Amino acid sequence: MIEIKNIHKAFGDHQVINGVTAEFHPGITNLIIGGSGSGKTVLLKCMVGLHEPDQGNVLYNGRDFTRMNFEERIAIRKEIGMLFQGSALFDSMTVEENILFPLNMFTNQSAAEKLERANFCLERVNLAGKNHLYPSELSGGMKKRVGIARAIAMNPKYLFCDEPNSGLDPRTSIVIDELIAEITDEYQITTIVVTHDMNSVMGIGEKILYLHQGKKWWEGSNEEILSATNKELNDFIFASKFMKALKK
Amino acid sequence: MFFQPFGKYILLLKAVFRRPEKWSIYRKEILKEMVAIGVGSLGIITIISVFLGAVTTVQTAFQLVSNLVPRSVIGTIVRDSSILELSPTISAIVLAGKVGSSVASQIGTMRVTEQIDALEIMGINSPGYLILPKIIGAVTMVPLLVIISIALSITGGYFAGSLSGAVTAQDYIYGITTDFIPFTFTVCMVKSVMFAFIITTISAYQGYYTRGGALEVGISSTRGVVISCIMILCADYVIAQLLL
Repeated sequence: MIEIKNIHKAFGDHQVINGVTAEFHPGITNLIIGGSGSGKTVLLKCMVGLHEPDQGNVLYNGRDFTRMNFEERIAIRKEIGMLFQGSALFDSMTVEENILFPLNMFTNQSAAEKLERANFCLERVNLAGKNHLYPSELSGGMKKRVGIARAIAMNPKYLFCDEPNSGLDPRTSIVIDELIAEITDEYQITTIVVTHDMNSVMGIGEKILYLHQGKKWWEGSNEEILSATNKELNDFIFASKFMKALKK
Repeated sequence: MFFQPFGKYILLLKAVFRRPEKWSIYRKEILKEMVAIGVGSLGIITIISVFLGAVTTVQTAFQLVSNLVPRSVIGTIVRDSSILELSPTISAIVLAGKVGSSVASQIGTMRVTEQIDALEIMGINSPGYLILPKIIGAVTMVPLLVIISIALSITGGYFAGSLSGAVTAQDYIYGITTDFIPFTFTVCMVKSVMFAFIITTISAYQGYYTRGGALEVGISSTRGVVISCIMILCADYVIAQLLL
């Protein structure tokens, strides 16, 4: 479980995150949603230590990440997998090398065992046999899937996904969403997905945190969201004609 | 203006020299960088060195019009200026353009495409993994390139002198083998190592702290080269002042 307590983050005079507190449980897909500039990605980066929160605590199963030294943070990070918005695959490495990279760096497994694990991860994301392609040879959806394969290579306890659907067509978006939800359920990972994609919200949002102006504005599930009375949330959710029609 | 970036530079270096996660992986990266910097720069170093020696010979001969000065002095001047100044400094400035821009743009691109964030999330010390192999690759290969440059520069001078008739082959060889002070070579090696360190660390610093997109990567790359060149010339003066 991940708990965040009273997180504040500002860049200069601009307060981006303003006292957000929440809990994210394992085995379900936790979504952080909100409009552009609402602070979703900054909150995610505060949780994984890519940004230092100005105030507040991030607890991984009770261990306070914000108060850890460099070595302790490294230990926690080995339990984290992350899918980046742009996939962030290493350009100079093949698909296989990308997945093997954390295994080579942190495990003492034999080459055969590592390769077996890499192949398993690739099969899990339906990319078996694509081992020797370079990221430049992959489509956007394939890059995301390799990103997921790399993120799960070390059997993480926590999975963070930053806008996994951005730049993807609707069908591929659903495939990625379903993959994230399946992996979360299968390995009982604590998964946090940052998104503003309404298909994701309705499809896999078992727990949803809505951010507005850097504050937690609403919390609930995808079943509750349609009947929520919060004005800002409704403005966000039912911005499109399709969603308005769905509500009616 | 100066102290904040300098402080960040020192902190980055501190992170670079943290204990590597796994030496076997770093070893592979170091070898890759040695090949990229050493073998990859051999062509340009060969071309500039031959012409440097040739031009130095012809211009020195043009200025030595006195009958009181023996023509063999041309060889001595070409040798000493190649060892002390031309080969280490001009090579370093050319390498700042070639290697420095490559280091800054490579690391800068990794920064803006979140590849450095991905390394950090995996628990890897990204400055160490990305920059340490480049530093070790450069400080081992640049001195070798400079030694090759000295040899080619003196050879270029020999051919230019002989072909133009500015100095006979015998006089030139007598000049380059007379009154050699071995300490000049030590100074040359000290310069080479320092220049290699300056090129890689300054360019890596510029790349590592790139913010934005493709435009900023270009700016970081340019800034890396310009600051490296200025620092090379400053270090050149300081080393000369301290050691000679």
